[in-house]
Amino acid sequence: MKERTITLVLACCLAVASVLSLFVGVIDLDLHALLGGDLHQLEIFLISRLPRLLAILCTGVGMSVAGLIMQQLCQNKFVSPTTGATISSAQLGILIALLFLPASTLWSRAVFAFVFAILGTWVFVWFIQRIQFKDAVMVPLVGIMFGNVIGGITSYLSYQFEMTQALSSWLVGHFSLVLKGRYEIVWLAVPLVILAFVFANHFNIVGMGKDFSRNLGVPYNVILFLGLSIAAMITASIVVVVGSISYVGLIVPNVVTMFKGDKLRGTLTDTALFGALFVLICDMIGRVVIFPYELPIELIVGILGSLIFVGLLFYRLRGKKPVRLAVQKGGCCS
Amino acid sequence: MLQIKNLSKQYDGKTVVHDVSFHIPKGKVISMIGPNGAGKSTVMGILSRLIARDSGLVEFAGKDISHWKSKELSKRLAILTQSNNIQMKLTVRELVTFGRFPYSGGRTTPEDQEIIDRAIAYMELEDFQDRFIDELSGGQRQRAMIAMVIAQDTEYVLLDEPTNNLDIYHATNMMKIVRRLCDELGKTVILVLHEINYAAFYSDYICAFKDGRIAKFGTVEEVMTKETLSEIYNVDFEIMTIQNRPLSIYY
Repeated sequence: MKERTITLVLACCLAVASVLSLFVGVIDLDLHALLGGDLHQLEIFLISRLPRLLAILCTGVGMSVAGLIMQQLCQNKFVSPTTGATISSAQLGILIALLFLPASTLWSRAVFAFVFAILGTWVFVWFIQRIQFKDAVMVPLVGIMFGNVIGGITSYLSYQFEMTQALSSWLVGHFSLVLKGRYEIVWLAVPLVILAFVFANHFNIVGMGKDFSRNLGVPYNVILFLGLSIAAMITASIVVVVGSISYVGLIVPNVVTMFKGDKLRGTLTDTALFGALFVLICDMIGRVVIFPYELPIELIVGILGSLIFVGLLFYRLRGKKPVRLAVQKGGCCS
Repeated sequence: MLQIKNLSKQYDGKTVVHDVSFHIPKGKVISMIGPNGAGKSTVMGILSRLIARDSGLVEFAGKDISHWKSKELSKRLAILTQSNNIQMKLTVRELVTFGRFPYSGGRTTPEDQEIIDRAIAYMELEDFQDRFIDELSGGQRQRAMIAMVIAQDTEYVLLDEPTNNLDIYHATNMMKIVRRLCDELGKTVILVLHEINYAAFYSDYICAFKDGRIAKFGTVEEVMTKETLSEIYNVDFEIMTIQNRPLSIYY
């Protein structure tokens, strides 16, 4: 019963914050005028505010679920789309699309981002499976290094072809360009998250290790790559529209599993809700702080995220047990 | 029903399992013993399909195990190794529930719940069932794993060094559990053990390996002789009989 309460509280908070967020912006929206049929206000509402809210919700849900899947499959709490080279691979994909298909639509860029994100994540996981790290912290470190190498290639290419300006909007995530008609790809996160729900038990079993999966008749490699592909596609569909949003995929699943454990069927809903709430609040802060201008969400998420992360570490240190970073032998990312 | 024929395995040109054949008697406890590198763990790995073999057959119910569907096989043959991710924050009950996965996938039926309840009760884990497995002691965690295998309801259970990392008290309890799996639940249990006396006291048959071959396969009394053990381990042995069981002393 208590578990349901958390879910319910999160859902209520999210609903309230969502409604509030619709009325935060440079142009004042008035509920009376809106309901009274003021066409101008309705236009702003439908073209800008509502798409923005939907994009934020998809981003929050998608990034945190992608992070949760990656952490489960890799058996490492520090793996996420940021620390697993997924985001930087997606960005490289977008750049390649911009370079070789200058007339590319959002959709063809998305396809490139998908392919690169999936490949990048696979290579990363293949790499950490080949090299057995004794220390769990090494895995995200290698991921960050790998991501930076890809980021370096991206920067080089963009300087070489004078694309830095064009690429910048995908490097720092922000929602200010989200308008009706040019953000709908982010909705792809929804069916992918549903797919993640369907395979939740499989991911859990694979997270327990290769032998464990074999015992229960679950094809380890198939599920591993399926899960990673889902996580990478969710991430790519968000990066294409919003740009890079780091930390969410790392922080949100960690906070939720701290309270609710690792059983995916139990934590997925809360992770999704909390992720959406977190991104929404960050975005609202970004919109309010230097009103009437706004800060990119990446900045706010970075500040809040790092604070929460430090808090999280302290919280774990203060408990009975020290922070457990060591991973036992035999796992996928150990 | 489970039969191994002419099994061979090489690693980098070095033969670790050499033409191993034996028949596993049903409804008994069979221990595989031998010095390090004798090939017992490799044979176990091949039996549980975690290691690919180079040649030979592993026949289960008249069909080679590689021709079995994973899901079907997992209803009849359970494998428990020591390399599970025990840091996962899963409760004991959630872990045991995974034992029903081959039958019901993610959706457990009331019947499954009953089986899970019984498995937890059988392992005396009722008080721990809502605790996370990473908070348990080694012995409790091992019992939770066994409870999962019981819920899996298989005829055969393969255990790879189940007493590893356990102190004498918990290791002995573990071996008593193995005995009960066989005597009370009618399972065939095949295990890899390092401790010869556990094998002697708690199993029906012993399969002793040396240099990738079977040095001796037989009942406990047949294998637990001074000559056989001395030859396998290159150490001097004395055999004593305690509670009608041959136990070894080595020095």
